[in-house]
Amino acid sequence: MRPLINTFWLTGKELKSVLGDPVMVILIAWSFVVAVMLEAQGAGDTVRNASIAIVDEDRSPLSRRIPDALMPPWFQTPVAMSADQAAAAMDRGEIMFVLSFPPRFAADAIAGRVPAAQLLADATAVSQAQLGTDYLRNIVQQEVRVFLATGPDVAQPELKLELRRAFNPNGNPVWFKAMSSLLNQLSVLTIALTGAAMLREREHGTIEHLMVMPLSPAEVAVSKVLATMIVVLAAFTGSLLIVVRGVLDVPVAGSMPLLVGGAAVYLWAASAIGMLLGTLARSMAQFALLVIMVIIPVIMLSGGMGAVESQPDTVQKLTQALPSRHFLAFAKAVAFRGAGLSAVWSQLLLMAGLGAAFFAASLLLFRRSMSVTG
Amino acid sequence: MTALPDPVAQLQGVTHRYGRMVALADLTLALPAGRMVGLIGPDGVGKSTLMGLVAGAKRLQHGEVTCLGGDMAQARHRRAMGGRIAFMPQGLGRNLYHDLSVRENMEFFGKLFALGRGERRDRIDRLTRATGLHPFLDRPAGKLSGGMKQKLGLCSSLIHDPDFLLLDEPTTGVDPLSRRQFWDLIATIRADRRQMSVLVSTAYMEEAALFDHLVAMDAGRVLAEGPPEDLMASTGTASVGDAYVSLLRRSGEKEEAAPQPPAATPLPDSGEIAIRARNLTRRFDDFVAVDSVSFDIRRGEIFGFLGSNGCGKTTTMKMLTGLLPASEGEAWIFGQPVADQGMAARARVGFMSQSFSLYGELTVRENLVLHARLYHLGAALSEQRLADLVPRFGLTGHMDHKAGDLPLGLRQRLSLAVAVIHSPEILILDEPTSGVDPQARDDFWRLLLDLSRNERVTIFISTHFMDEAMRCDRISLMHAGRVLVSDPPARIVADSGAASLEEAFIAYMAAELPPETQAPPALAAKAAPPPDAAGFSLRRLLAFTSREAMQVRRDPVRLAFAFLGSALLLLVMSFGISQEVRDIPFAVLDHDDSPASRAYVSAFRDSPWFKLQPPVLDVQALDDRMTSGELALALEIPPRFGADLRAGHGAAVAATIDGADTGRAGTVESYVSGAHGASPAGIAPGRAEAQMPPPVTLEPRFRYNPDMASLPSIGPSIPPLLLLLFPAILMAVSVAREKEIGTITNFYVTPTGRAEFLIGKQLVYIGIGLLNFAILTALVVLVLRVPLHGNPLALVLATVLYVVAATGFGLMVSMLTATQVTAVFAATVLSVMPTLQFSGMLTPVSSLEGPARVMGSLWPTTWYMMASVGSYTKGLGLADLGGALMRLALFGPVFTAIAVALLKKQER
Repeated sequence: MRPLINTFWLTGKELKSVLGDPVMVILIAWSFVVAVMLEAQGAGDTVRNASIAIVDEDRSPLSRRIPDALMPPWFQTPVAMSADQAAAAMDRGEIMFVLSFPPRFAADAIAGRVPAAQLLADATAVSQAQLGTDYLRNIVQQEVRVFLATGPDVAQPELKLELRRAFNPNGNPVWFKAMSSLLNQLSVLTIALTGAAMLREREHGTIEHLMVMPLSPAEVAVSKVLATMIVVLAAFTGSLLIVVRGVLDVPVAGSMPLLVGGAAVYLWAASAIGMLLGTLARSMAQFALLVIMVIIPVIMLSGGMGAVESQPDTVQKLTQALPSRHFLAFAKAVAFRGAGLSAVWSQLLLMAGLGAAFFAASLLLFRRSMSVTG
Repeated sequence: MTALPDPVAQLQGVTHRYGRMVALADLTLALPAGRMVGLIGPDGVGKSTLMGLVAGAKRLQHGEVTCLGGDMAQARHRRAMGGRIAFMPQGLGRNLYHDLSVRENMEFFGKLFALGRGERRDRIDRLTRATGLHPFLDRPAGKLSGGMKQKLGLCSSLIHDPDFLLLDEPTTGVDPLSRRQFWDLIATIRADRRQMSVLVSTAYMEEAALFDHLVAMDAGRVLAEGPPEDLMASTGTASVGDAYVSLLRRSGEKEEAAPQPPAATPLPDSGEIAIRARNLTRRFDDFVAVDSVSFDIRRGEIFGFLGSNGCGKTTTMKMLTGLLPASEGEAWIFGQPVADQGMAARARVGFMSQSFSLYGELTVRENLVLHARLYHLGAALSEQRLADLVPRFGLTGHMDHKAGDLPLGLRQRLSLAVAVIHSPEILILDEPTSGVDPQARDDFWRLLLDLSRNERVTIFISTHFMDEAMRCDRISLMHAGRVLVSDPPARIVADSGAASLEEAFIAYMAAELPPETQAPPALAAKAAPPPDAAGFSLRRLLAFTSREAMQVRRDPVRLAFAFLGSALLLLVMSFGISQEVRDIPFAVLDHDDSPASRAYVSAFRDSPWFKLQPPVLDVQALDDRMTSGELALALEIPPRFGADLRAGHGAAVAATIDGADTGRAGTVESYVSGAHGASPAGIAPGRAEAQMPPPVTLEPRFRYNPDMASLPSIGPSIPPLLLLLFPAILMAVSVAREKEIGTITNFYVTPTGRAEFLIGKQLVYIGIGLLNFAILTALVVLVLRVPLHGNPLALVLATVLYVVAATGFGLMVSMLTATQVTAVFAATVLSVMPTLQFSGMLTPVSSLEGPARVMGSLWPTTWYMMASVGSYTKGLGLADLGGALMRLALFGPVFTAIAVALLKKQER
């Protein structure tokens, strides 16, 4: 009972501290409203809105017809350029693809001499280059076939493929981006808030004050974790309902309470990481560096910026320790695939377990750090 | 030396407010030149505000302040006068750099006032010899005792030979010996330089009696002014303290009786021991802070602990509270060893630490209620304790003020109230009355005596006030970790044959000190006229640079984090982020299960892109496994698939892709089409012929990275992230730290320009950024084996511009935040998203849409990414990168200029 009462009052104090600072409140609002919208609407799909230049040395009806088939949302309106212009534009990063038709392209095609169109792809972005090339190859061949369809009827391919995307039939990238962006905001805010609350207490000497009271380190730590969880979870829920579902119009297939509950479990894990960093660091500058060192992998290796399966095996094993990876898997399953508890319990368990491990480690360090401060 | 105008400073109708709190109310005052003027009065009457305004450290809100013959509202005059004024703010060593040595601190101040190298050495030598700091030139300021810190603060103030010296409570919290030495020093200096004006505020009324001229203040107004003798004569009192109280009473505000030191009744001896210590010893590395200290404190006794700062008082107290484990020896509280005390025992002890340790962001009421609740007093009892304590500690009018906004004395009272809120049986108070005015101290002691005699509370208290020590039942004199003497105060005085306890104390201490520090040599006046302080000074700018660089070097952990951390991140990210999609988990729902269907599936199974999972048996299972995320792709092969194909009827395979992750779904889709096309021709007769050869081909050429390798694509795009985030955040924290711990005062009160301060500090972090760049470049080229095809010079140039932009952003953020916490938070929150998402790292900038694209192009990483990727993989040179470099060059100056514009040269 006593620990509960202590935690209650300490949590109240933490909440007042966070909410009493207007800069913090503005930054939280910024993260969960503006940042989520910018990120979800802004960053395109793998091949989406790709910029392309056409170098047309043929100037035939066929070479004029193909660019017309390159359509949004995958391609931007093609720009006609000379070969040199196009190469320079690619150097400047303005153009991803350059499609060149050699002289007599159409004539050769009609004569069955199988001419080759050249495609130059900026391969500094590997996956865009690869996918865009596939798309372009299909489009060019399709257009040529239709153009040439004066001859014998194109035989019906015997073996057809019916492709269907489940859970997001139109492949709207905003859905996934909105979710991974929410996760990023959760991670940044939770880790930074909890750790900073811990470190501030140490830097101001108030921690000593708490430690001579009948309070245990666990109560102090738990109250900080709780306060962060309450603030961030409220912001997360608001953002999910109003920004993601409302403004961005992303449908949530699964159960909303389950999604929010899972976010709470993730917050536990993330704030435990923050707590660990807050006890490890000896100064605010050190803490800031630690936060950056942790935030970057947490965001970039969670699967939000490239699938987890494509990481090398060793890295995949390492990223098992990132709660964000499990949360993203969980959020995708619940929000888009409508998964229920039976499908995602393992991720919840993993997050809770990781959180407990980080928390235990920080308590251990906390106890030790209390005894060495002079 | 130029003759000083008389009065040296004048205030006319000055009013100053902090929010709703009025600090100065329509105050008019003239301070005579060439004299030692003392400001006396309790805390919170506006002494510090008045000094800040006269020194030009605080922004004038209303009224007129002239100082050294000019208007202090004019920035030009303030800047010109900066070299003639010296201001030492309140708080032990508040404007010193604790990680720098005595010499380095003084060197820095010397450089700020544009003293040459030789002159600096000369003056540092003379000042430290005069103050006895000379043997400690290489000791970090943070490791000095309180008295020595104040001496260092004074030396630093005197290094440029000011005409007007302002000292805000310089002796608060300093032991009597150091205090005496401090005033001797001031007297010596004034004997040398008779024209120098000094303005001092103090809480020690005995000290005030030695000043030439006193200004008694109360509630933002002047009660009376004049020489101390006049004040005493006009009030008919014998001491300055009594005169002050009499003045207060005359002003009609306070009805209290003159403070009579409450007499302690003899302690009834119950024989019960409350606190016992035996051979308590504490070592920090090879430094012995407390050396075998033993004592017994009886229940209800008031036990005083005296000694200079840093003599081990605080460490002993921390060991008694269990905050620090003892290296040797043991302590008991009520017979129970401190080491294995439970929670219940802690509730019996109240502790007040030396530094203010309440929550500044909570109000007075919230602080009190929080502690009441944490001691489980219950709602009713909490209310009752509050109702009891609030008037007793004079907190009534301040209940809804934030604790952090209170003046020092009020904060100490609040700390005390918090320490006793749970009616503890033992009170451990570490210098509870430092900075508290005499009236409040008397009130406080009345409370202590009441607690001790009537409630039998044992009180263990450390203090620098001799009148307080006299009220203790017993006192211990401590020096260098050892207890010199432990007896009732009267007996100590009698035994030492001194006239007073202070004399006795000083005699004991002096016997312990090496003799050389006791006779300060005369301080010769300086020769050179004060250099022209106004105008931009490169030397001053570089003074900030070298100081910051020194501080960074003193924190090797931070540097190691910055360099090793970014190196590690570079490796993990480069190898970890792969844009290839491999091992796509897929399963088949094969309604046909014929040789043909199995042959079809083999096209997927044998491809490196796909990874076959156990087969699906029905549609429900397919749905479930897809939903759980186990499968990214499901192939459904219809019944009679093989037969239909053989019969020429054709057949269709249904491929369902998990579309949750749209990026991955796109890739999977294209792989599925590819694998489908590659399925064995033999599974249907005539299939080979049906596959018409394409009428044209597309010859793709992958420019810059023909092998489509991941490392050349990812490697060069990681440094841009790291070179922004690390320098920006380090920079922001560095400036916010100065604001938070108070060293920014040195910027307020010296002739330092805003750009000198900010750019001076910025140079260090630009240097760190460039060093980091060298490390990262070496890693990219040597470990990731991504060759640098382009012009290295172009990349270096871009990096310089970029790091300037990154640190400029850090500066800008630090101007918008008040504390280190918010600085870290704001810098992270604001920079992570545009850096990771909108800079073209994974999604090319040309593919970004709407506001994200605008943001991307308004963020330096975008342009540096172009330069980095361009230099490494595209082999671009200076000419090709011209556009990006030009844009990159804009960010740094713009960010820095905004920061300079936002920086206030004065405090509010």
